[in-house]
Formats: sequence, structure tokens, C-alpha cells
Amino acid sequence: MSLLSLTDINSRYGTFQALFGVELRVDEGEIVAVIGANGAGKSTMLKTVVGIMRSPTGEVRFAGRPVGHLPVHQRVSLGMSLVPEGRRVFPSLTVRENLLVGGWVKRPGPWTVTKILQLFPLLERRIDHPAGNLSGGEQQALAIGRGLMANPRLLMLDEVSLGLAPIVVRHLYAAIPAIVEAGTTILIVEQDIGQALSVADRVYCFLEGKVALSGRPRELTREQIAAAYFGV
Amino acid sequence: MSASTYRVVRSSRASRIGLAVGALLVAGLAVLPYAAGSGTLRTLISFLTLVTVAQMWNLLAGYAGLLSVGQQAYIGLGAYALWVLADEVGVHPFVAVPLAGLIVGLIALPTAGLAFRLRGGYFAIGTWVIAEVYRLVIANIQAVGGGSGVTITAASHIARATRQNVTYWLALAVAVGTIGLVYGILRSRLGLALTAIRDDETSAESLGVHVFRTKLWVYVLSSFGCGLAGAVIYLNLLRIQPDAAFSVNWTALMIFVVVIGGVGTIEGPIIGAILYFILQETLADYGSWYLILVGLVAVVITLKAPRGLWGLLTERRPVHVFPLQRHVRIDASGEIPPVSGRPRSACADE
Repeated sequence: MSLLSLTDINSRYGTFQALFGVELRVDEGEIVAVIGANGAGKSTMLKTVVGIMRSPTGEVRFAGRPVGHLPVHQRVSLGMSLVPEGRRVFPSLTVRENLLVGGWVKRPGPWTVTKILQLFPLLERRIDHPAGNLSGGEQQALAIGRGLMANPRLLMLDEVSLGLAPIVVRHLYAAIPAIVEAGTTILIVEQDIGQALSVADRVYCFLEGKVALSGRPRELTREQIAAAYFGV
Repeated sequence: MSASTYRVVRSSRASRIGLAVGALLVAGLAVLPYAAGSGTLRTLISFLTLVTVAQMWNLLAGYAGLLSVGQQAYIGLGAYALWVLADEVGVHPFVAVPLAGLIVGLIALPTAGLAFRLRGGYFAIGTWVIAEVYRLVIANIQAVGGGSGVTITAASHIARATRQNVTYWLALAVAVGTIGLVYGILRSRLGLALTAIRDDETSAESLGVHVFRTKLWVYVLSSFGCGLAGAVIYLNLLRIQPDAAFSVNWTALMIFVVVIGGVGTIEGPIIGAILYFILQETLADYGSWYLILVGLVAVVITLKAPRGLWGLLTERRPVHVFPLQRHVRIDASGEIPPVSGRPRSACADE
């Protein structure tokens, strides 16, 4: 069953059009990756899904209902959660307080502070520290944990690997199967093609605001992906 | 460490001492009218109302990030609401003070609808413009005294000593009440949301925090507090003139007190108000030099101590008289240590 579907999305920043007729689908229980170069429109697509940006045309459907007209907090209440690019943790709040804000909408589900600390044990010894004092990897783990605290049906991860050491990125990606096992569908936006393809069931490649390629990773060749990624 | 062997506390030794000292101080202040003279009470009424409006501006700007330069609107409206209730409706002036605060809170609702359309610097200027509009409207309505203002005659009929004592107690109750209100808000879920919004509005919104509603609540509460303060100030002065009641100097004073005391802390505005009054009392005889020296103090403090005097005092050893953060206490043996204050069960807020 389709959990999220985008039809004819044309989001814009003022006069600059960032997305052109984007069509995308995420089924329940899937891991879908969206890859593409800088400025391809990946993050804009996520912002449009969660409601930070609006598309003047087309439709965003979530769990079978149109949500394009709903404000962000109502979409989060319905079960979508965005882990934004650049972590964007709340620096003056402690790790625990960050997690509590993550659970703001109080949706029922498996994710609690204890579960998050089990998923990311590195956060446990830092629970009483201001989030601004954490390392980049710890902040990213906190940002993912904070997103999970909303007990979302769909977790959207924007550039998890950005600015992190490869070993830290591998550690974070290792948590993804446990998140899916707990019943959460995942939509990942990534520039790191290797990491994204290693976990994704399906992949979309964005180029200049359009879907240039889509399919199952094992069915796509390196040449096809490179051509769609770089537009050559 | 097992995830189930910690508990969350908020109080500290400093906060418990602070609470005890604060309670003694409030009790001492409450009996002061029986010992102090009229001049002292007038000064203390001014001090307590300044603490009130500074706390309200700090809540608005320091926690919600709403840099308003128009809070004088609600001081003026509080004063006029007091006059209307006491002189025109016939409500006892002392009862009219809290009602004036409520009326101002109601007026702030539609005002926020207008002001919240603006962002950042435009919001700051917009709120100032709104305050000026209120001043001009009041100054042009003859029924409320026009430009020359009105006298609260219902209050002037009360015996001077009684009026001054009760006004002082009202000022004390409003100051303590607003500090308690701010403390309560910041320890609640609303406070958590406010801090999150201040740190990163977009992140807070994408987690489901209703940013508009949260800011609206804070704006209305802050206006309510300023309305109460305005009613108390003019119950003390008796004569209301629109130019003085809606003067931007009120907000300049709030900003000065909060900035020199410490933005984003409850202790800061109290420290700032104390410093302001010390400067006022010691330098008042120096004429225009007084303003120059006060300005100089503000410049030096903002340059040398950007987090204000409270930030400077607690830089090396953090002290929280009003503890807001949730601290985790862990026992090495895995046993939950005995803690006082408001301990919560492990992971109680999940």
C-alpha cells in the first residue's frame, strides 16, 4: 500500500522554480532513497512533503488522504517526521530535552527515550549535556532519535552523511534496519550514492528538479545512475 | 549505564537556598508598609513594576525570540482600562487592576494577528507602530480625555495611606506572580517548545510544535503582564497622559534592564532592575550626566558581558536560582540516589 505519493509537484522559492512535475511513491515498510547532486531539489521535495514549503500544483497524499493543505504540525500528527539537513538539534536543550521535543505530538508507538538510547548507546552518557556540545555524529544520532520520538509512520532523513566521517556514517546507517523492523517506513535523501543504495529498496535520482531515474538498485546499472546523477 | 537507572531532577542546592531566601524576602517585603515611609513605598512600587515588565519582555524576546519594541502599548492600555473600569463602570480600583490586565490580554489577541504577519526587524518596528497607533487613537478620543489625559478619581477618593499600601501589595503580588508565571511556563511543555523555537524555529515546527500558537500564547501573556503593571503604575500615579503612558521609553527601559541583567534567564531582569535602581538613586542628582552614565554602563556591560551581569556572575560556576533544565542523576551502583526537589520516575516524560 502506498504510504506517501507525490503527483505533479512544482515547488518554488519565490520566482525560482525548484521542482518540476515531481512524481514519487513510498510504500509502507519500504526504504526509498532519493539521490542527486547539490541543488537537484531533494531537500525541497522533503520540505514540500512535511509542509514547510507548498507546491502550487499537484497533490501530496499521505496514508491515503491529501495533506497538501495541512499545516506542518498536523502532518506530523498524522505520522510523518523530518530529520532536517545539517542536524539542526536544539543547542541549548539537553539531549533528553531534545528527545522530549521530538515526542511533542505524542503519537502512540514503540519509540521512547529508553528505546532511542538503546538504538544509539553513544547518546546515553551524554543525556544530560546540552546538544550544542555534542560531536557531529552524536548530533546526527540525536536528530534521528528526535525524529523517531514522534513515532512516525514515515521517517524522512535529509543528508544523514553530510559532514561526517565514513565510519560515523556507517554506524548511523547500521541503525536503519532496526528502525524499519519497528514498523517505520523510511525516505532517505542522500548525496552519498553508495550508502543510499546499500539500504534502499527503491531509488529515485533527481536532476535539476526533475526525477531523472527511478527503480530498484539491483536493476539499475552504474552507467544509468551516473548519467542521471550528473546529467551526462 | 542502563537506561532505567537514572532519574530526572531540576532543583539544586542553589535553587533550594534561592527559594528559601526568596520566600523570606517576599515575606519581608509584604510587611514593609508597616515600617517604611511613603517615599520608600513609591520607589519600591516603581521597582516591582519594572521587574514585572522586564520579566514580560524577557519572556517575549529572550525565550520566544519576539523582539517587540511596542510593549508600551499594553502599559498604556492597562492604565486606561483601569480608568474605564474604576471611573466609568464603577468597579473598585483595587479590583479593577486584575480586570485591566485581562482586558489588555484580550486586546493583545487581535493585535498579535496583525503583528505576527511581520518578521524580525519588521516585527520590532511594526509593534512600535502599533503602539503609536494606540497612543494616537486614545489621544484623539475626547471621551477618554484626549491628549491631556484623565485622572483616576475613584482611586483619589481612597485614603492616601490605604491606597499606597494596597498599591504596593498589588505591585508585589504582580511582580512575584509574573516571576512565578514565567518560571511555571518555562518548566512546562510550553517552555520546552519555546526554547526549541528560539534555538531553531524550522526544526521545532517540523517536529510538530505549533509555532504560531506557542508564540501567540506568549505574546498574550506578556501583554497581560504589561497591562497589570500599567494598571498598578497608574494606580500609584493617578494621572494618565497618553504621551507618557504609551511612551517608547517604557520598552527602552525593559530592554535596558533585561540586556544588562541577562537575556533568557529569570534572574537577569531582577539583577538588571536592581542595578538600574541603584544607578538611578545614586546618579539622579547629576542631571543629564545621569543618562550619559547609564548609557555608558549599558555599553560597557554589553561589550564586556554579552550574556549580562547574571551571565558574568555564573560564567565560571553555573548557578540556577530558578532551575529550568532537566538534569539526570545517575548512581554508579545502578541504584537511584536520594534526591530532593521534583524528582521524576525514570524516563517519565517519554
